[in-house]
Amino acid sequence: MSILVNADTTFIVQGITGREAVNLTRECLDYGAGAKVVGGVTPGRLGREVHGVPVFDTVAQAVAHHGSPIDGSVVTVPPAFTKDAVFEAIENGIKIIVIVTERIPRRDVAQMVELANLRGARIIGPNCLGIIVPDVIKMGGIGGPAKDAAKSYKKGSIGVISRSGGMTTEMSSTLSAAGLGISTAVSIGGDAIIGQTYAELMPLFEADEETEGIVIYTEPGGRMEAELARWVTENDSRLPIVAFMAGRFMDEMPGMSFGHAGTIVEGKEDTASEKITRLAEAGITVAEEISEIPEIMKRKLAERSVSA
Amino acid sequence: LRFFEYEAREIVKRAGIPVTDYGFTTDALEAKEIAARIGGPTVIKSQVLSGGRMKAGGVKFADTPEEAEAHATDILGLEINGHMPRGILVDPRAEFEQEYYAGVVWDGTRKQPVMIFSPVGGIDIEQVAEEQPDKVGRRHFSNILPFGDFEAKEVIASTGVTGGALNKLVPILTKLAKLFVDNDMTLAEINPLARMADGSFIALDAHMDMENEARGRHKQLLKDLGVGDDETREAREPTPFELAGEAVDSQDHRGVAGNVTEFDGNLGLVIGAGGGSLTLFDAVRKYGGKPANYCEIGGNPSVSKAKGLAKLVLSKPGVDKIAVMMSIVSNTRVDIVARGVIAACLELGMDPAEKIAIFRIPGAWEEEGFKILEKYGVEYADRSVSLHEAARRAVEKIQGAAA
Repeated sequence: MSILVNADTTFIVQGITGREAVNLTRECLDYGAGAKVVGGVTPGRLGREVHGVPVFDTVAQAVAHHGSPIDGSVVTVPPAFTKDAVFEAIENGIKIIVIVTERIPRRDVAQMVELANLRGARIIGPNCLGIIVPDVIKMGGIGGPAKDAAKSYKKGSIGVISRSGGMTTEMSSTLSAAGLGISTAVSIGGDAIIGQTYAELMPLFEADEETEGIVIYTEPGGRMEAELARWVTENDSRLPIVAFMAGRFMDEMPGMSFGHAGTIVEGKEDTASEKITRLAEAGITVAEEISEIPEIMKRKLAERSVSA
Repeated sequence: LRFFEYEAREIVKRAGIPVTDYGFTTDALEAKEIAARIGGPTVIKSQVLSGGRMKAGGVKFADTPEEAEAHATDILGLEINGHMPRGILVDPRAEFEQEYYAGVVWDGTRKQPVMIFSPVGGIDIEQVAEEQPDKVGRRHFSNILPFGDFEAKEVIASTGVTGGALNKLVPILTKLAKLFVDNDMTLAEINPLARMADGSFIALDAHMDMENEARGRHKQLLKDLGVGDDETREAREPTPFELAGEAVDSQDHRGVAGNVTEFDGNLGLVIGAGGGSLTLFDAVRKYGGKPANYCEIGGNPSVSKAKGLAKLVLSKPGVDKIAVMMSIVSNTRVDIVARGVIAACLELGMDPAEKIAIFRIPGAWEEEGFKILEKYGVEYADRSVSLHEAARRAVEKIQGAAA
């Protein structure tokens, strides 16, 4: 199987008539078995089509047209309108929401996440590229056009979780080239507050029989890695984890943010070196280079199968 | 966006929390007038965005207006950790009974704001948390429900504070929570929050930090405070090179080719995207390379922006070569970046084959991109060459060239 999405997942694209959203819709329709994009929403554009996908003014119209609940939404509307769009999706029964939009203030993100938690929905992102299950479905811009995504993502046994969209593909390509392949890859977003952190996705991967190991891309800033280390220790996870930490140079530059909004180092616990220590204590190997990840993972998988 | 103390106090005051009758000025003579108006002992405080102000001599006590003027002259000319003061604050020296602490910050793990309160104030809250953990109360609060008085009561009561003090503190904490939320703060702290002889509370100092992404919706407040649109208030001021990078990025709205940070090495970097830039910068340093800059490209910038960024980096004094590297791109087109960096070399009268140490951008439109690079004899690599290997080759080339 996979986590979060599968071949049957239906979703809409909010902000579907925007330039990037039109491309994203094409990519998702073309990839794998073809995503079930059952509608798009842009207020005032009812009756149009984007690559054959009907456009509605509201999410409620899209749900009514579909005739049964819609599973997901990819949200690509500008930052000032994102919160309302996500509230609209949640209040119309959508359970998995990928927020592509960047530069959304934290207060809005926190409100969206809290409402999602109340309604049993999950938010991926913001500032992310979405989710991909190789050869099956992609929800979001992850991996790019279908033929490019097919090059980088081969079916396999490794779950990938990454704070960087581009690095999700870079690492998955390396794992695919090494023959390990990907079960599900999730670009979780680079902001200070995000819908789903490593620790929140771990139980899903833990329960997914196709996944045998986890690779994560991490950065300075925030407490997300410490949270993962704690989860792994407390839950005696069956999954070996290999991490890659970028932005080590930032330890020398406190108070400055590079790469993603969430990378600002506000305290000692947020530094790269401190995080590497935390992860290592929990048995998570931190690779020096991405090219080393497949060998480390193969070794860890072999160790597990011997001890099992 | 960090606020100076005088701005933070103004924000606190606007929220309806009592503050002292202070005055802000950039002029020593005016400091004297403010001290005379206050009419008693005063404190003269340097307005800098740097810690260690007290230790550096940026806070002085005056008994008379003349003394206030003399201290003001000294402090206005005193550089603290590389920062000249924005001005000075002349504050009445308040006679208080006890110092408290109240603050709100984000908890990224819980994804909620957390109110922190302590009856031990005037010092770092981290220190209190370490030495007297039972004196620090914490309470997370909802992003959706309005902050309630009961939440303030709970956090205050959890530290053992009761009686009149508790009831007087409740509205202050409630206003602070509202201030934090309404102004998109990432930090809103009153320390010390002083209990005066008559039992009332007054904010004696405040720290406020607003999220940069939210600046657009607080234009009026920022205008009132006199905060310029171009004030980044980062740990250090942007250099002319960095400002030129911003100018390149803002020439059109297609993609990103900017976020430039200046370093003093000889290897210019044209790298991306967000995570890729972090990885590549580390990789160059790991192999002993000396980056001349950090930057980010991504989101499919125009040829003209890619060219502008490459020209900027190539023209930086001390740059011998540039390395053009990105993690696998899906949205940004390889050929567009290739065109941009080659045009940059040609327009500057440089040989792309000599100036571009390596070009490693695999992904969308790579065949077209590699064809162009081949034509100009530029060394390029596809995804079979890792980010670190590409960085290593670039460093090797520049070290060979320097020797």
